[in-house]
Amino acid sequence: MSGGGSLVGGVLVAGIQITAVAVGGPLLVGIMRKIRCRLEGRIGPPIHQPLLDLRKLFSKQRMRPEQSSWVFGVAPVVLVATSVLIAAMAPLATTRPPFGRTADFFAIVFVLLLGSVSLALAALDTGTPFGGMGSSRAMTIGALAEPALLVAILAMSIPAHTSNLPALVRIGLVHPQLIASPERILALVSFLVVILAESGRLPVDNPSTHLELTMIHEAMVLEYAGPDLGLVTLGESMRLALLLGLLVNLFAPWGIADRTGAAAFTIGLAALFAKVVLAGIGIATFEVFTAKLRLFRLPELLAGAFVLAVVAAVTALVVR
Amino acid sequence: MTIRSILKAIVHPRTVTEELSSPSPDAAGTPGLAGSLQIRHVDAGSCNGCELEIASAFGPVYDSERFGVRLVASPRHADALLVTGPVTKNMVGPLTKSFDAMPEPRMVIALGDCAANCGVFRGGYGVEGSVDDVLPVDVRIAGCPPDPDTIIRALRGITGR
Amino acid sequence: MNNVSLVVTAIVGCAAAIAGGALPVRTRVGAAVILTWGACAAAFVGAVHVLQTGHPMVLNSTRILPITGVSMALDPLGAIFVVITAVVAIASTLYWLGYASHGLSSRTASAAMPVFVTSMLLVPAAGSVATFMWLWEVMALASLLLVLVDQRRREETRSAAQWYAVMTHAGAAAILLALVMIAGHGGGQTFAAIRIHAAHLPTAVRTTAFLLALIGFGSKAGAVPLHVWLPKAHPEAPSPASALMSGAMVNLGIYGILLVGDRLLGGGPTWWWLVVTGVGVISALFGALHAATSTDLKRLLAYSTADNMGLVLIGVGASGLFASTGHPIVASIAMVSALLLTVNHAAFKGSLFLSAGSVQVATGSRDLDRLGGLMKRMPVTGAVFLVGGLAIAALPPLNGFVGEWMLFQSLLHGLPTSSTAVAIAVPVGVAALALTGGLTAAAFVKAIGIGFLGRPRSEGATTAHEVPRTMQFGAGLLAGFCVVLGIVPSIVMPALERAAAVAVPGASARPLSASTDLRLVGFQGVLAPALLAGGLALAFFLVVILRRIAQRRSDLRLTLRSAEPWGCGRELQTARMQYTATSFAEPLQQVFDDVLRPDRDLDVSHLAESRYYTEKIAYRTSIGDVIEHNLYRPIIGAVYRWGLWARRLQNGSVHRYLAYGLVVLVIILAVIV
Repeated sequence: MSGGGSLVGGVLVAGIQITAVAVGGPLLVGIMRKIRCRLEGRIGPPIHQPLLDLRKLFSKQRMRPEQSSWVFGVAPVVLVATSVLIAAMAPLATTRPPFGRTADFFAIVFVLLLGSVSLALAALDTGTPFGGMGSSRAMTIGALAEPALLVAILAMSIPAHTSNLPALVRIGLVHPQLIASPERILALVSFLVVILAESGRLPVDNPSTHLELTMIHEAMVLEYAGPDLGLVTLGESMRLALLLGLLVNLFAPWGIADRTGAAAFTIGLAALFAKVVLAGIGIATFEVFTAKLRLFRLPELLAGAFVLAVVAAVTALVVR
Repeated sequence: MTIRSILKAIVHPRTVTEELSSPSPDAAGTPGLAGSLQIRHVDAGSCNGCELEIASAFGPVYDSERFGVRLVASPRHADALLVTGPVTKNMVGPLTKSFDAMPEPRMVIALGDCAANCGVFRGGYGVEGSVDDVLPVDVRIAGCPPDPDTIIRALRGITGR
Repeated sequence: MNNVSLVVTAIVGCAAAIAGGALPVRTRVGAAVILTWGACAAAFVGAVHVLQTGHPMVLNSTRILPITGVSMALDPLGAIFVVITAVVAIASTLYWLGYASHGLSSRTASAAMPVFVTSMLLVPAAGSVATFMWLWEVMALASLLLVLVDQRRREETRSAAQWYAVMTHAGAAAILLALVMIAGHGGGQTFAAIRIHAAHLPTAVRTTAFLLALIGFGSKAGAVPLHVWLPKAHPEAPSPASALMSGAMVNLGIYGILLVGDRLLGGGPTWWWLVVTGVGVISALFGALHAATSTDLKRLLAYSTADNMGLVLIGVGASGLFASTGHPIVASIAMVSALLLTVNHAAFKGSLFLSAGSVQVATGSRDLDRLGGLMKRMPVTGAVFLVGGLAIAALPPLNGFVGEWMLFQSLLHGLPTSSTAVAIAVPVGVAALALTGGLTAAAFVKAIGIGFLGRPRSEGATTAHEVPRTMQFGAGLLAGFCVVLGIVPSIVMPALERAAAVAVPGASARPLSASTDLRLVGFQGVLAPALLAGGLALAFFLVVILRRIAQRRSDLRLTLRSAEPWGCGRELQTARMQYTATSFAEPLQQVFDDVLRPDRDLDVSHLAESRYYTEKIAYRTSIGDVIEHNLYRPIIGAVYRWGLWARRLQNGSVHRYLAYGLVVLVIILAVIV
């Protein structure tokens, strides 16, 4: 491939993936809300309501608490920037994303952690008790979810001999029997629990609660207004879309573009949308039938996910 | 709950106000909001009758969320402050702080007769005045209490949907 | 050129000590600092030369020390530690220039600091048992003097110095015993001679020596359960000394383990390295947990040192495991990652300790529950602490992330193995890595968020202002390394590979390629840190631009209103209503209650008239070190009781003492004859 052409192609692919995640994230949240409303017996807001909310938020005034520092204003930008970077690098619509060689699963997990840490710091910067509470709970859950996540990644990396994400997805395409293997399925369940924890869905955190003492992620953003709130909301929905996109591509990679070319890419994009929407509908349905867990029951849930991941790793080692 | 009843609920939910298909003739919608309105509710001293009607308006039967309206926890996230009840002396400070915490552009919706003119509590020893005496009111919804249809009509006038 | 630099280092270091001890107050610190810089520069140049050429630097002399003489041999492995120490020392002494007016300008301190630095520079260059032990002792004594600087003002300093003195000398005794055991089996006491004869040592001697060395050097490195002195001594020492101790001295513990395990004994059976990995796992988890629940800023940093040294030990142990089970390439990758973690730790822990010292100077406190709002009042120190904190939490694009990535990759690629030990150790290692990573992130969000952000919680924090420039630069220099090593780690890669080749012989000298990417040779594993950093920066600007565009239609787009924080309409909002460090760590403390065992004290006093009315409730909670309470205090108690009993031997009668002398003389004669 000529240098210039591949650079333009790479930028194009990155741009399309970023746009897809940035627009698709709020749409995904809208679809999930719609499903929950319908199952609760009402009509609910239209699917594109989160996009309307975002548009309105960007036309409002920016506000900051007195005595907060520059960290408060920078954090929403960092949150969205990490999501944008991963959307550009991750194998979402194609197994050959630009700079895919550096799309190591470990690297992506830590870039996402950078976003969470910046939001937690901004919450402490507000000087309110709610910010501290949200930050403390979020960091505790993050700390307890990390072992499950990294051991699940280890379990998936062992059969593939690499932790490079595009390679992991490609191996699933080439060897379908790896996907139906017990270690992948156990790692899938563990990964799913971690996604619920990291993106703040039930049973870890109720995204639509208005009671401050039950909040985890919401409590961190109580002080944000206008465009900053818009960025935070956008960043959170992009993270959910990204995590679900990675989940579906690791466990059901069919449809993803394995060759270069516009046709394959378009099919890959469509397949990504379809799979992520299905995953979102599944999670929304699960949320309707689940209650939020008490904060101190969460370590048990995350420890259970960890045990599953360890069993997956051991299975991967033994079954060879 | 059978599968059949679940599917039926998804495809054909029961709502009462399907006949409200055209927006209220009072207002054409606030341009900046364009179908999205976040509301922070403050009870400045009401008897909770209006709160019951609000809860009903946001419940499954009347479902005002489908018009783009949502209740939020923090005034920083809100476009409109929904005030019920006459403003009692103790609530003057918190009500003002709630309004000050909202980002521009913002509006105040006074719900119920008590919010508009103190209703049956006019002259009470704990009552400071109506909402007009404390904050600049943009939309008034009359009634004691106003029924959910009225509330939704007013909200649709603001969102334009 | 080679050997001269070591001699220059020694001479200039001594000159610095003399200058610090002899000159009057106004000039002594400045002179000591400049001369120390000279010593560091000489050592740095010599070490870099060794790393570039790969040829060790050897120097022998029979004059300086009686009987044994002095023997120096600096190979690439030691050179890495010399470079680390030199850089940290330059930054710390620069910081010392500004800090001196706050209590570190006495003659003893100004003489002890250069001695400390010089001895640390020369320990990795020691080439014989006597030289090594002599330099090790000088280092321990100099650091003890530095810890004692504040002892007149604080009781805790005396206690901390006592613990430090006893534990470091017990460790030195173990190390001496180990080295003498190996050297005594023939061949002489120079390391080269020992290496040649190592193959002929009986297994029992090798095992005992290794375990003793692990105990002695592990204690210096802060490995649990021998870490107890760390959280006492590092906070009590003045900040430049703390930074040196945490950033340079603990590394020498790791150097010692590598010295005995690899350089002298030439590797060992698998179970040795399993023990090292196990110690590493326990240290990492224990240290991270205590860091996450600590409310004293410097104690938090000290426990975090134990945590990071645990991670390094995991790397060293993994490397030995892979080498002994026949995978030399992965072993060398693991060793490179362990060395990289050491380099990274020196950079970020040094800058964190120096910034913590600045905070202590500016606010008068190191209790996190009394800080807050410092990012606005001390912007440079705050930014440096932020960089250091993000680096230690292993967040891209900083250096901690690169080190952890490499450690993870070495564990992953070492897994296809037939050895059960490896198959169990690696997932445990990965789980430990993950949990400590999460706990460290929580600990440093707490330290940065409660210490620097929000509103000030005390008078001292409200009136804080920025520290002098030299202190800012000292801390900032090391933070700058965090950034540079995070974006282009391939600067140090060739040097680390050379050093790893000494520790893991038999592997290829280049397990990593030398471009801006980090590419594992023979395995599929690539990281492009420069690309990640560039991508993040690009994404950041993209988002800022898009936000501007999204706001374009709004009349309010240029306004940023500063308002009172939303407190649910409360009339009164004070800084005390914020979360404190204790409350931030409370969920973690509850989850790990069994490991931490906090002391809880509830004191309810009732009114005199009736028991049903409470007058006052006092609640005290503190988290002590479980190992100190359950392991050390009983031992100390037993030793004390034994000592009291042994006092009976001293009843004051001269006749009895003469009899003791006679009996012992007879016994010695009988044993010798």
